[in-house]
Amino acid sequence: MAAVQTRSERALNRLAIAAVLVITLLFLAPIYWITSTAFKPRNLATTIPPTVVFQPEISPFVKLFTKRSQLRSAPEPEVYAAAPWWERLVFDGGEKVVRSGRGEVQLSGYPNRFMNSLIVAITSTVLAVGMGTFTAYGFSRFKVKGEADLLFFILSTRMLPPVVVAIPMFLMYRAVGLNDTHWGLIILYTAFNLSFSVWLMKGFIDEIPKEYEEAALVDGYTRLEAFFKIVLPEAATGIAATAVFCFITAWNEYAFALIMTNRRAQTAPPFIPSQVGSGLPDWTVIAAGTFLFLLPVAIFTFLLRNHLLRGMSFGAIRK
Amino acid sequence: MTQIELRGIEKHFGAVQVIKDLNLTIADNEFIVLLGQSGCGKTTTLRAIAGLETIDEGDILIDGQPVQHIKAAHRDIAFVFQSFSLYPHMTVFENIAFPLRATRGNRTDIEREVQAVAKTLQITHLLVKKPSALSGGDMQRVAIGRALVRRPKAMLMDEPIGALDAKLREEMRAEIKRLHIKQGSTTIYVTHDQVEAMSLADRIVVMHEGVLQQVGSPHEVYARPANMFVAQFVGSPVMNMSDVTVSEDDGHARVVVRGAPTSFDFPSNLTAQLAAAGAQSGNLTLGVRPEGVLVSRQAREGYVPVEAHIIEPLGSHDIIDLQVGDQMLRARTKSGFVPRPGEAVWARIDPAQAHFFDSSTGTSFGIRL
Repeated sequence: MAAVQTRSERALNRLAIAAVLVITLLFLAPIYWITSTAFKPRNLATTIPPTVVFQPEISPFVKLFTKRSQLRSAPEPEVYAAAPWWERLVFDGGEKVVRSGRGEVQLSGYPNRFMNSLIVAITSTVLAVGMGTFTAYGFSRFKVKGEADLLFFILSTRMLPPVVVAIPMFLMYRAVGLNDTHWGLIILYTAFNLSFSVWLMKGFIDEIPKEYEEAALVDGYTRLEAFFKIVLPEAATGIAATAVFCFITAWNEYAFALIMTNRRAQTAPPFIPSQVGSGLPDWTVIAAGTFLFLLPVAIFTFLLRNHLLRGMSFGAIRK
Repeated sequence: MTQIELRGIEKHFGAVQVIKDLNLTIADNEFIVLLGQSGCGKTTTLRAIAGLETIDEGDILIDGQPVQHIKAAHRDIAFVFQSFSLYPHMTVFENIAFPLRATRGNRTDIEREVQAVAKTLQITHLLVKKPSALSGGDMQRVAIGRALVRRPKAMLMDEPIGALDAKLREEMRAEIKRLHIKQGSTTIYVTHDQVEAMSLADRIVVMHEGVLQQVGSPHEVYARPANMFVAQFVGSPVMNMSDVTVSEDDGHARVVVRGAPTSFDFPSNLTAQLAAAGAQSGNLTLGVRPEGVLVSRQAREGYVPVEAHIIEPLGSHDIIDLQVGDQMLRARTKSGFVPRPGEAVWARIDPAQAHFFDSSTGTSFGIRL
């Protein structure tokens, strides 16, 4: 192949590679920015031009996880002496903040918000993908009266920008006591993702030849057994892809989380920016919070990468 | 011992009737081939027997028991699909073991059964592989293995070798036949390929537009087609069909192909037989296979002069288009028998290989000369 490339083709090829590089850099730049700021000392976080070479620190993470109050001056020597090693890291940076409480460690709001995010995103993903897969299977395999209309109805739930209904939703949630609860957000995100999940899974299940199940039916299995033993393993790729999309949507959702929750069930997205307002913004802490917030999606996608890649080579089997 | 009986099967897909009043009895150990064009209802019939399709009317009996309301899983029938339908996420071993695991047999029994089937099909070395790593022929062997392993009451095969290339098809055809002779189970096999049907079947069932056309041994179907559809569907190249008129003249029957200046000689009892069968003049079609058209290079008694139009050399024999009146008669000759197109030759029709059909209904008059 390479041997028969003409000169113009080669030039075009190089141009394409250059374009891909530029685009990749463009996408990676914010991630680099967040990651580097999360490990910077506070005084280097906002320098112009940005500091590129620095001694990385974990003090932003210490500040992120512990509740602190502002001091008038540098901490007293006896306070410094009594502080554990991770506390000293903060003081060594020249910070005039001390953790609240005496003796025992008080956690900041962040770990709790992070847990809320995990609970809400994972539960709503499992529900949306599970219900979506069953629904899609039904639409794909059985004659459903008004199938086209029903599928369009399911899709149409995505046509309205969700924020438009935020106020009525808020009033309804307050009336039934769902505001500021985990279930409130889980129901909301499941509903968002369900139409998407049904449509995506229908595409994947349509791809699985009916004969697989028919073979199982003839071989003495019930339809439900055939579904679990044949359809689910075959649809694993689709399920993985759908789950990644649903998880990202639920994990990143900001507007409804901001409106519907404030304390108990608040997720990380509305919490992180709320820290900007309290006193001088400490960008290193915000960056540390954002950095940790990025990790689960990255890990989730990484774990499912084989399935996601397999999706591209799907259909290499004789049909 | 498995006998399958179909009684008055009717099936509609929406407004389309795909099976019309189908009656058929399949004996134990018999190899039945359902033959027909796509859309003739043969696959639907097979799927109905398996329980993958419901029927609107009629009874399906397996060993005398009506099964049309029994789920596929409980009919104890194996099905081989054209697409093979091997589960891609399982190894060959797991694929073959899959039907056994439905009945939750114990592990060592399953292992032994799978090994035995694999040995019969000579696929033991493939057991650890995934289906995607197999060739088409091996996929088919595995699919057959999965069907055999349960020792089902009957094997149903839906164009099992239709997806293979020509050479492999021939090989697998022989293998299926060998297997049937060795294992001996009631088998219903669906195909649109008449060569497959002829070579495999104990009895062929020809279907057309949901209607059963003829049931008979390969020889019967070939030599005594019940109607024009069967006559033209079975056999390659297809049977010649010409509108003819028959008259009697000094002890001979004379058959005139429409538009031809001369007539073919037939034994005199043709007219009597046609009259007895109720044939009407002007509503008669003569059918003769290319091998029933005898060609001579010299003028001979009973032969009429014709012109060789096109010659198709096929190696073992030639197919020659002879112009008779305004119709073409295809003849089969030794290869190189007629050297050039355009040559004048003489032809006659072998009365023993001639078929007479009612032009409007297509039914054979059953004339034997």
